[in-house]
Amino acid sequence: MSELIRKNASELVELLGKGEISSVELTQAHLDRSMAVDHDVHSYLHQDASTALSAAADIDRRRAAGEKLHLLAGLPIAVKDNLTTTDAPTTSGSKILEGWVPPYDATVVKRIRAAGLPILGKTNLDEFAMGSSTEFSAFGPSRNPWDLTRIPGGSGGGSSSVVASFQAPVAIGSDTGGSIRFPASVTGTVGNKPTYGAVSRYGLIALASSLDQVGPVSRNVLDSALIQDLIAGHDPHDSTSLPESLGSMADAARKLDVKGMRIGVIKELMGEGFQPGVMNRFKESVNLLQQAGAEIVEVSCPNFEYAIAAYYLILPAEASSNLAKFDSVRFGLRVAPEGNPTIERVMAATREAGFGPEVKRRIILGTYALSSGSYEHFYGAALKVRTLIQRDFAAAFEKADVLISPTAPTTAFKIGEKLEDPLAMYLNDIATIPANLAGIPGMSVPNGLADEDGLPVGIQLLAPAREDARLYQVGAALEKMHEDIWGKRMIDFAPELEVRG
Amino acid sequence: MSEITPDLVRHLAGLSRILVTDEEVERFTEQLSLIVDSVAKVNEALEGLDVPATSHPIPMANVYRDDVVEPSLTQAEALSGAPDSGDGRFRVAAILDEE
Amino acid sequence: MAKDELMNYEKALEMFEVVIGLEVHVELNTKTKMFCGCRNEFGDEPNTNVCPICIALPGALPAVNRTAVESSISIGLALDCEIASNGRFARKNYFYPDLAKNFQTSQYDEPIAFEGALTVELPSGSVHNIQIERAHMEEDAGKLTHIGGSTGRIQGAEYSLVDYNRAGVPLVEIVTKPVYGAGAEAPELAAAYVRSIREIVKGLGVSDAKMERGNVRCDANVSLRPHGQEKLGTRTETKNVNSLRSIERAVRYEIQRQAALLAKGTAIIQETRHWHEDKGATSAGRPKSDADDYRYFPEPDLVPVQPSKELIESLRAKLPEKPADRRKRVQAEWGFADLEFRDVVNADLLDQIEETVRAGAKPQAARKWWTGELARIANSQDKDVTELEISGAHVAELTQLVDAGKLNDRLAREVLTYVLGGEGSPSEIVSARGLEVVSDDGALIAAIDAALAKQPDVLDAIREGRMQAAGAVIGAVMQAMKGSADAGRVRELLIEKANA
Repeated sequence: MSELIRKNASELVELLGKGEISSVELTQAHLDRSMAVDHDVHSYLHQDASTALSAAADIDRRRAAGEKLHLLAGLPIAVKDNLTTTDAPTTSGSKILEGWVPPYDATVVKRIRAAGLPILGKTNLDEFAMGSSTEFSAFGPSRNPWDLTRIPGGSGGGSSSVVASFQAPVAIGSDTGGSIRFPASVTGTVGNKPTYGAVSRYGLIALASSLDQVGPVSRNVLDSALIQDLIAGHDPHDSTSLPESLGSMADAARKLDVKGMRIGVIKELMGEGFQPGVMNRFKESVNLLQQAGAEIVEVSCPNFEYAIAAYYLILPAEASSNLAKFDSVRFGLRVAPEGNPTIERVMAATREAGFGPEVKRRIILGTYALSSGSYEHFYGAALKVRTLIQRDFAAAFEKADVLISPTAPTTAFKIGEKLEDPLAMYLNDIATIPANLAGIPGMSVPNGLADEDGLPVGIQLLAPAREDARLYQVGAALEKMHEDIWGKRMIDFAPELEVRG
Repeated sequence: MSEITPDLVRHLAGLSRILVTDEEVERFTEQLSLIVDSVAKVNEALEGLDVPATSHPIPMANVYRDDVVEPSLTQAEALSGAPDSGDGRFRVAAILDEE
Repeated sequence: MAKDELMNYEKALEMFEVVIGLEVHVELNTKTKMFCGCRNEFGDEPNTNVCPICIALPGALPAVNRTAVESSISIGLALDCEIASNGRFARKNYFYPDLAKNFQTSQYDEPIAFEGALTVELPSGSVHNIQIERAHMEEDAGKLTHIGGSTGRIQGAEYSLVDYNRAGVPLVEIVTKPVYGAGAEAPELAAAYVRSIREIVKGLGVSDAKMERGNVRCDANVSLRPHGQEKLGTRTETKNVNSLRSIERAVRYEIQRQAALLAKGTAIIQETRHWHEDKGATSAGRPKSDADDYRYFPEPDLVPVQPSKELIESLRAKLPEKPADRRKRVQAEWGFADLEFRDVVNADLLDQIEETVRAGAKPQAARKWWTGELARIANSQDKDVTELEISGAHVAELTQLVDAGKLNDRLAREVLTYVLGGEGSPSEIVSARGLEVVSDDGALIAAIDAALAKQPDVLDAIREGRMQAAGAVIGAVMQAMKGSADAGRVRELLIEKANA
């Protein structure tokens, strides 16, 4: 394996900036890596070497011409396949969109292109980001580079596995209930769900509009900070986009200092249901933070108990409406039943054939939650619980600057293990969902390996809305402590993947 | 216990324009019953409380766009993804279930 | 279409009380659509004013048009509504191919304006205070064209084509509370109400307000109940009623149709009905059913609309006069008799006459031209008089030329056809075509002499006091001079000649 592709993005952009490596060389190294390992890992749904290389060549040319370039220019990146791109199909992991090439770029993609980052490819996800494992991708699951029989987390298992298997230095994900953080946790990578509205959702194929947020995925905290600084910022095309700047995440990630910070441990997100290895590593990190001068406090969020229930009402309700546009009229799949069918029957047959079981399940559930007679008892009640969860956070943030919990109750489970048990699958997101309901930022940082299975575990950091910088500050400091103790980056413990010719 | 019946699942699938097989109706009825029982828990949290609803996670208001024309797609771009088109328009099967 | 049994109108009113409710959709004339920057333009090539937002491509998000919100508030204020201090958009979910997202972004339980009233006066002099329940913002749908089959209608079509140029055009829907007590005048009241709404939105400048283009559309709810019964009867909602005349006819038709059914003991079906202008009848559409579960919920992609007091007051300060006040004022200013004024109002000519008077015409002359010759021309072309391509200034100029004796009536009418033909202003046409009245005595005397040569007895008749004999000569002179003679002067000259 080329040593180049193991490097952190922050190092790579330095080498690019000094002209010690070219973007074409770096891009080609990652494309070679994909040729060698993606057959097994299956991070990508689509890759086009020539587009990536021509973008890289363009940057090299401009750099050679002395043009002033963006800090990250020339750094290759992978993009989750639920963000629209004009030069590559955008499927959101669904048969109903197979082969669709959008006529517009997502705002995040525009920013990436404008800064001169070659896009390596589009990464796999559970269909329409509904899932925790990528097993619901219509195009087959991605696999965990730590153990190919296990899931890489979901929905953004393509983006987590692509950085964990060194096929890309950084990637873009999206997080509706944990789709950036859970995959990061089970693959030993970093992922941040920014404050709702910090990154534009324009061009993100919506799952649940009031919960979705785009964010970075990487192998270390500073790299995620660099990507968030690139993609964040106001977008007039997204009415929920924050008008103000949240400051430099990279600066925060370089502070490496937690002295005097109040860090709150959430009582309700530990103990029962959490794997022993997950809890052991978590407690160790609490001690590390304390030793580094942070003040540890315990906080209680009693309404988190209802978060999953509220989430599985709000999400399906919004999704049932967001996914109504997939009707075979303007784009995507069309399936015509036998005979002389009406448009109504064509729509129903198309949606039957084009949507997978989890998508149908959630659309029907969401339709139920919103239908007359059920609204108050289900959707309406869920919106009220959302208020209670916000109040829990508000109270907790009175006592603490940052809250912490394990990112997920367990390490990566086996492919197929929870496929037929939706409720068990939903429990993976128990710790991550509250942040989406409240709109606050949440980060998962590698937190060592579980004793019982040697697989990576993650720690989740949460901050008040707009205080993403606190996560980068604490996350990077904790990461440094871990590297000092373990002697190397967490990702460097991952086993070598078998390389194919 | 929830009241998810096969007929309700069929009705909801119809409202969502999804054709469902008898086998799917059976499976969804079973799965949705469990899920609905589980999510109905939200009401426990609200017992005895008068709580306002939160539809938007970050409170904002009055976000507007000025009434200024922006470029549209070309007709060809607009129709580029259409399964079927003709005469500059999207073509669909006849609408017979109405009127 | 099955032929409906209708009850005699007077008998229907004897048996039943009529309750109506009106939903008027006003298309705003903003430059761009409600939620995207595509042009809000009528009649362009299909699918050229569209973008990822209005054809609902995956990933696209809406952004609210500020001007549309302000126009909606103005409409609310003009209808004496309360303006909501916190209003949200909501999604109304239903599948239909002209609705790209398969939900309409609308407002549900938090409309921008609510609890208003509008005073409407009928030709009979009766005055009705119509209660407005709400006015809310929403978006229009695309346009479906049904191809194949014999009728071009939805039935029998082989396939349909969709154009989304109109999808996302801003609409304000104004909904009345049930309107009681109009009795036999319910159809007239419905039309007069819509006329007032049109005047309001036109006066505000927020809509082109052309019914024939669908800028203003009306759905009319009609129900009947036996006199004295408290419970409202089952209502029907007649859609597609797109002229004032149609509204009146459709309401009258529904009254007669429902009365015939109720009298037979047949229940009214709560349903949507369609008005067919050609047949003068309504036909059954979709019955209301479970499928009307629209699953409204707050639109998560848009944030609440919270107009400030300052904004509301600044819009209130710009409101034009109320239609009823304006009518009182102009009738008094112009000195029209009630009957004359009613004709003007019914022909929708207030704006035109006001413009004509402002340009210098005498009110009566302006009225005569608009309700007379211009109405006749429009009628012969199967148009509404308001659609004629002529400005108030041109009409005013014409009346001034007549007053100055430069044109007689016949010539003025001729000039008018050239103005309508786009040849320019009346005075430009008069000079270009040399149409001025001839009052030059030399030319007139020569023509009189020529006419007298053929009718030598006329001078004697005039001397004997039989003035009607002069008519033949005047007519002959006019004919000879192709109508450009000043008839009054011809008469004077003829009398002078007889008495000489």
